[in-house]
Amino acid sequence: MTKGAVLILGGRSDIGLAIAHAFAAAGHPVMLAARGPETLEADRADLALRHGVTVTLHAFDALDTASHAAFVDALPSLPAIAVCAVGAMGVQAKDEHDPAAAIAVMRANFEGPATILAILADRFEARGRGTLVGISSVAGERGRATNYIYGAAKAGFTAYLSGLRNRLAKQNVHVLTVLPGFVATRMTAGMDLPARLTATPAAVGAAVLHAVERKRNVIYVKPVWRLVMAVIKAIPEPVFKKLKL
Amino acid sequence: MILSGWGRTTPQACRVSRPRSEAELAARVAEGGLIARGAGRAYGDAAQSAANTVDMGGVNRMIRFDADSGQLVAEAGVWLADVIATFLPRGWFPAVTPGTRFVTLGGAVAADVHGKNHHREGSFGAFVDWIDLMGPDGTVRRLTPGDDLFRWTLGGMGLTGVILRVALRLRRVETGWIAQRTVVAPDLAAAMAAFEGNADALYSVAWIDCLAQGAALGRSLVMLGEHASVAALPGVRREHPFTVPARPRRALPFDAPGFALNPLTVRAFNEVYWQLGKRKAGPALVPWDAYFYPLDAIGNWNRIYGRRGFVQFQCALPLASSADALHELLKVVSASGQGSFLAVLKRFGPQAAPFAFPMEGYTLALDFPLHGQTSALLDRLDRIVVAAGGRFYLAKDARMSRETLWQADPRAAAFVELRDRLGLRAAFASTQSERLGL
Ligand SMILES: Cc1cc2nc3c(=O)[nH]c(=O)nc-3n(C[C@H](O)[C@H](O)[C@H](O)COP(=O)(O)OP(=O)(O)OC[C@H]3O[C@@H](n4cnc5c(N)ncnc54)[C@H](O)[C@@H]3O)c2cc1C
Ligand SMILES: NC(=O)c1ccc[n+]([C@@H]2O[C@H](COP(=O)([O-])OP(=O)(O)OC[C@H]3O[C@@H](n4cnc5c(N)ncnc54)[C@H](OP(=O)(O)O)[C@@H]3O)[C@@H](O)[C@H]2O)c1
Repeated sequence: MTKGAVLILGGRSDIGLAIAHAFAAAGHPVMLAARGPETLEADRADLALRHGVTVTLHAFDALDTASHAAFVDALPSLPAIAVCAVGAMGVQAKDEHDPAAAIAVMRANFEGPATILAILADRFEARGRGTLVGISSVAGERGRATNYIYGAAKAGFTAYLSGLRNRLAKQNVHVLTVLPGFVATRMTAGMDLPARLTATPAAVGAAVLHAVERKRNVIYVKPVWRLVMAVIKAIPEPVFKKLKL
Repeated sequence: MILSGWGRTTPQACRVSRPRSEAELAARVAEGGLIARGAGRAYGDAAQSAANTVDMGGVNRMIRFDADSGQLVAEAGVWLADVIATFLPRGWFPAVTPGTRFVTLGGAVAADVHGKNHHREGSFGAFVDWIDLMGPDGTVRRLTPGDDLFRWTLGGMGLTGVILRVALRLRRVETGWIAQRTVVAPDLAAAMAAFEGNADALYSVAWIDCLAQGAALGRSLVMLGEHASVAALPGVRREHPFTVPARPRRALPFDAPGFALNPLTVRAFNEVYWQLGKRKAGPALVPWDAYFYPLDAIGNWNRIYGRRGFVQFQCALPLASSADALHELLKVVSASGQGSFLAVLKRFGPQAAPFAFPMEGYTLALDFPLHGQTSALLDRLDRIVVAAGGRFYLAKDARMSRETLWQADPRAAAFVELRDRLGLRAAFASTQSERLGL
């Protein structure tokens, strides 16, 4: 049996590509969507050669929300699964004083991803099946001084995914929220991440495939994050506001 | 970031970058003192440079495969394990493989690694059609076996430039199984006779009991192998000839305490292994992974030696002096009681590349946990090898002195001359190359 295609929005991202490899290895055709997709030709060839599946490239800009419906129409077929790995970290210390930069971070992590998933949600609902996967972040679980613009946008995205899941649960459309914790990628290159809390992109890929197959709702990649976030969320605000995190 | 080799005896703080494009890499090369790092499976300090280590992990895409010729073109950071996972199910296997599949193509070329078929087919480089190599000025050249620089890059340990892409010929196989035959050799002479008498076997390698003494000195289990044909498989396996039973992957959760591996445990292990092996003599069908990569099933098995790590000793000996030198080496090792259970003896065929490790004759590989007396023992072994006209494997070395290398390997002078002439010395250097004066 041939498996349904997986669409990766943010197809150049380390996490997005790793998810593409995991699904391709399981036999799913892949559509990689990114800005400047022609630069992904080597990744396309690699995916196709390794896994023997069809891989196509598509131009996609998450910020150009007006183009999203046409983008979906132009895909070779409506995918069975859509994964949104689009995101941007920004530079908190600078962005907090620069409204335009802050808006760009908010749009790339929330507005753009939410808009494209809304369109895909309607199409999946009309078809009567499908899976939507949003890569959000633990940063959205509680705002911290060091990344609250990114965190707030991710919090919005997480809430949006939860609402979509609630709306579509009876329509046979499944929504998975991924809170990866730290992942060693281009986004975090140069940061000093604690090894025990840091996953590889490949581990995220494997976890997402597994969670999609099992119809899980919200996953952390490394189980220890469930504990870490429970502790962080339990700290009373009067104490939390004085912490350096 | 602290880097070390697989033996974990060379920890060093290194600046590590992970370029994703040729432009990013060229910028690193321009800074000088660069060494490429693949999977870090070399035992010592060959793949580390304090100032400028380049992790090739971000350069790991497969580019194309020609199913007629079996030629795979891939980026240098692709692991041999990926090649097998992708192509064994389609009937192809690496033509040469070291004893672990967790190495990169770049690392395999740079060390010109050898497998169990060296006596018949040579080393990794014999199956490479071309490489793309980035030179000291950041430009990339496609080199073929006819090019001087191609041949010096085989065994050049990353000191001739950064390998970006490799065109590699794979071997057609009918199954994922190896038809193995084990020959019991009660002493060294019998082991060597088994190699010489089975020169036509595609694969041959011996586990040698390096603690056996007296009349049993050098007793070995010589394992011969061929890729099994579909017809050789039992009926139930013929439908899926590339599928072998999954082996559980284990990992050592922590460093074994130092006492876990003392001479007594090794001696006991070797005795048991020998007795069991003797009983299993004769023909058997073995899955590819168990045959080529027995250690890969245990995640970071290098931790078994404890925190201080371990060192490998691997030498190549000329055919004429092999018997005497092996005898002497084994006598010293067994008397010291510091043997390893990963002792391997293997027949080498002739070697083509000018700075690659193998030479026609025999190779012996041993490993020793690092402690107080290890260093004196290794120095003694070094001297025996040098006197016999042998040389040492840089991919395994973590501690050799500059003097020893230059005594053992007169080719070093020509290698350094080449590095000077092509302006490679300032651009490419590893902690190992500094130590050894390369
Ligand atoms: C369990 C085990 C068994 C082994 N068995 C064998 C065996 O049977 N036969 C054998 O020959 N070897 C064997 N080895 C050694 C191993 O095959 C070599 O050390 C090999 O070079 C490791 O590849 P790597 O990708 O890990 O390279 P690294 O260890 O990262 O680097 C090794 C060398 O290659 C260079 N290098 C790596 N990538 C590049 C690149 N892209 N461009 C230029 N230079 C590069 C490095 O600079 C360094 O000098 C074994 C090692 C282990 C751990
Ligand atoms: N790394 C972590 O520790 C971590 C932790 C939690 C969550 N996440 C999330 O995981 C996702 C993937 O991130 P990553 O770590 O793999 O980092 P990454 O490689 O930087 O990926 C981010 C991707 O988002 C894309 N993107 C940004 N703006 C876009 C836009 N307007 N239109 C289309 N694509 C756009 C980028 O595309 P370009 O290549 O074109 O710029 C890039 O590929 C992100 O949502 C991130 O927030 C990461």
